[in-house]
Amino acid sequence: MPSHDVLIIGAGLAGQRAALAAAQAGATVAIVSKVHPVRSHSVAAAGGINAALNPEDSWESHAYDTVKGSDYLGDQDAIEIMCSEAPNELLWLEHAGVTFHRNERGQLGTRAFGGASAARTYYVADITGQAILHVLYEQLMKHHERLDRYEEWFTTDLLQDDGGRCVGAICRNLRDGQLELFNAKSTILASGGAGQAYRPTTNGLIVTGDGITQAYRLGALLMDMEMIQYHPTTLAGNGLLITEGARGEGAWLLNGNGERFMERYAPNKLELASRDVVSRAEQTEINEGRGFPDGTVALDVTKVPKRRTLEALREIVNIGRDFAGVDITSEPIHIRPGQHYIMGGVKTDSFGRTTIPGLYAAGEVACVSVHGGNRLGANSLLDTLIFGRRAGEHAAGLVNSIPMPNVPASRVLDTERWIGAILRRDSGGRRIAAIKQELGDTMNEHVAVFRNADGLASAHATIRRLKEEAQKAPVDDRGSVFNQDVIGAIELDYMLDVAEAIVVAAEERKESRGAQFRTDFPKRNDAEWLKHVDISMNGADVPKVTYSPVTITRWQPEERAY
Amino acid sequence: MPEYTLRIRRFDPHSGEAPHWDEHAVKMRERDSVLDAILAVRGERDGSIGIRCSCQQGICGSCAVRINGKPGLACNTHLEVAAARGGGAATARPSSGKGSDDDMGSYGAVIDVEPMGNMPVIRDLIVDMDAVHWKKIRRVTPWLIGKQPVPEREYIVGHENMVDVTQTMACIQCGACVSDCLSMEVDPDFIGPAALAKAYRFVGDPRDAMQAERLKDLSEDESGLYDCTHCFNCVDACPKEVAPMSQIMRLRRIAGTDHQIKDRNNGYRHEHAFVNNIERNGLLHEADLLPDSYGGKFHPRAVPELISSLPTALTGLRRGKMTVGGALGHPHKAPPEVKRIFKTVESRGSRVELNLYVSGVEEEPGDKPTESESR
Repeated sequence: MPSHDVLIIGAGLAGQRAALAAAQAGATVAIVSKVHPVRSHSVAAAGGINAALNPEDSWESHAYDTVKGSDYLGDQDAIEIMCSEAPNELLWLEHAGVTFHRNERGQLGTRAFGGASAARTYYVADITGQAILHVLYEQLMKHHERLDRYEEWFTTDLLQDDGGRCVGAICRNLRDGQLELFNAKSTILASGGAGQAYRPTTNGLIVTGDGITQAYRLGALLMDMEMIQYHPTTLAGNGLLITEGARGEGAWLLNGNGERFMERYAPNKLELASRDVVSRAEQTEINEGRGFPDGTVALDVTKVPKRRTLEALREIVNIGRDFAGVDITSEPIHIRPGQHYIMGGVKTDSFGRTTIPGLYAAGEVACVSVHGGNRLGANSLLDTLIFGRRAGEHAAGLVNSIPMPNVPASRVLDTERWIGAILRRDSGGRRIAAIKQELGDTMNEHVAVFRNADGLASAHATIRRLKEEAQKAPVDDRGSVFNQDVIGAIELDYMLDVAEAIVVAAEERKESRGAQFRTDFPKRNDAEWLKHVDISMNGADVPKVTYSPVTITRWQPEERAY
Repeated sequence: MPEYTLRIRRFDPHSGEAPHWDEHAVKMRERDSVLDAILAVRGERDGSIGIRCSCQQGICGSCAVRINGKPGLACNTHLEVAAARGGGAATARPSSGKGSDDDMGSYGAVIDVEPMGNMPVIRDLIVDMDAVHWKKIRRVTPWLIGKQPVPEREYIVGHENMVDVTQTMACIQCGACVSDCLSMEVDPDFIGPAALAKAYRFVGDPRDAMQAERLKDLSEDESGLYDCTHCFNCVDACPKEVAPMSQIMRLRRIAGTDHQIKDRNNGYRHEHAFVNNIERNGLLHEADLLPDSYGGKFHPRAVPELISSLPTALTGLRRGKMTVGGALGHPHKAPPEVKRIFKTVESRGSRVELNLYVSGVEEEPGDKPTESESR
């Protein structure tokens, strides 16, 4: 049985950063991921990473923009930590080898991004996430003697001792189907968001809310789950992401009549207002009949000089060509708001500690909360790295004060029985893919840019039915080598729990703030709702709602205009 | 919607059965991807089809397979493109009958999807990348060894340098180039296109302190820098325009020109012989090429090479491809246009490398994206 000081689940940016930090601090580390680390969805982050590194910029300005972007739901102590530590984190990445864009003087150069009062987004063309992820993986290979990598191992269960402490996990080696029990003094969840609960989504097929549900079922609090970010520019057909970098470089949004409609919604920041604001504006244009017949508006990248597009936005040139048949350097491309990110997640403090002892969370799986009601573009990479590192360092700091747990090996028998039962399901039930599709469509219809009580109630009822159906969904593959079918059944199960938590939180918050816009409660209501909605399971299969206060350090809520 | 016959190469190591083709008739749009078709079949009919996939937008690098004989990502290969490639129907093999009871006669183009080559198959379309691809990546010391002292702020590096190495940073480690590398088929130890492109990412990075050591290491390896035979398969295969072979050539050029590293296969001198030959003759004058590659007709090293090439020369004479007079009494007169090209290129202060990532922000009428990047 492998035993490590720190077990990290998920190997995207948060997981890899946590692993490197914990190893650097002297801990023995295992990092487990259901895909090879460079396949993690951090790879798709395009536009960049925010840091107030320029002498004329300040972290306080970055923090204020983030607070305002969050619609004052973000916890300001955590935001201050993230923004003040950002410049050093960026330099650490640069020294590790990330090929950040340089200005003509050879220094790190920036681009503009939404909701920001200064150009403070550092980038590598439009493959920033990929470049950082691959460089972190280079570092994992470099430090292999201190870091055990378990690539293509699916985590099935988190382990808890009698005192309620998380003491490791059980993971299945996809290569041969064997289960392994990992003892760990501390466990860090870094397994990403839950975008696949929506259809379409910009998120990859692997983004199925595994970590959120695993922590939730262990009894951890989830927070801000109603806050789902719809990205303003996703491809009409399949929901693929067109980076905000395009607007940062000067692209315009146009409605079906050719009007630059953002002039009416955000006269100062125009296309570079916060994402929730831009997505709502687009959806309003579409709903009021000023979009195109295919339910879209247009992004006009021809406003950006062609050479600049080819250098700095190359990936979206490819995406336009390959997935929409459009040359974005010569004509506008049809886009619409699409599910992109979940601001909520497993509630943590600024060291990544969840409400379960021994269990940390960092990155999209977590909610610190630095994004509150709406995340600013290029703050997510920063979130993963800062809080991944802080969780890794904190966990490593405790290795001498926690004894190595020794979970009985027989615990894997429970998991074996569970997986065996899935494999033996009758063939009569509804197929996994069909259930997943209905879930995605339901969420995208009722728990999207605009919401109301009836729609949410209807979505909740659908999810309850799908949960029943999912228990009987058959699998075709009974084998042990790369049985992706059985993993798909488990992932569906996870997504349904996340979806229910999202809907319950959205039903609970009877106001409009950030990404949550209730047409039946269209105003922000600080008097009653300047607080986090927390969701917990606590044994029952019915989510329980509680509240926690928002931490305000120096920025009192104000009216929000861009 | 058009109809396609999707044929998937299946293999289950536990079944005791040999690999076989599984056929599925699908109705999809032309611009749907091969992955869309596979996922539709998996979702609706057979959940046991094994393929790695995630992002569906050509960035995570999971879903590289061979489609009608050509390696690439299933997620960004359109069905119509795959079908137009042919190969599937032309090489139709008997169906196993498994997985389909449709009347195949009524369905359109055949699209064959197989696992990548040069790597052992684990299951269906899933290959063991760790045993081949990642092992080779680890071979090239794949991390930056930064120049000391590490600056307090960022390393100051030319804008173009970062754009330049970003071309290889754009590699998504999908393995498509490894799949069809001919040199690797012959020499499985060949470090290979992906890993050598990764090596360029450090050699070309001005922040790295070990340029010379890296090049020496890769040159001395028998299966290293000089094992590539310029077949262009990796350039064709790459879905991200990393052009691994070009990166290998750049490594060789820096090794030969900047570090005087001896080419194991005499390729560096051979390349120069080509350049000088064109400069003198305008068109290639083959009779001089071989001796010039070894230091001229009378160089001691050239003599055995010339003798060993006599059979080829005799065949050429017999078939009229060359004449004795033409071979020995060539006038060496290049047209002025060729001389002008050489003059222009040689008058440049710095070496010019082709790079897909375009530098600069000025818009010029008729701008072409392919122009150069100076190092």
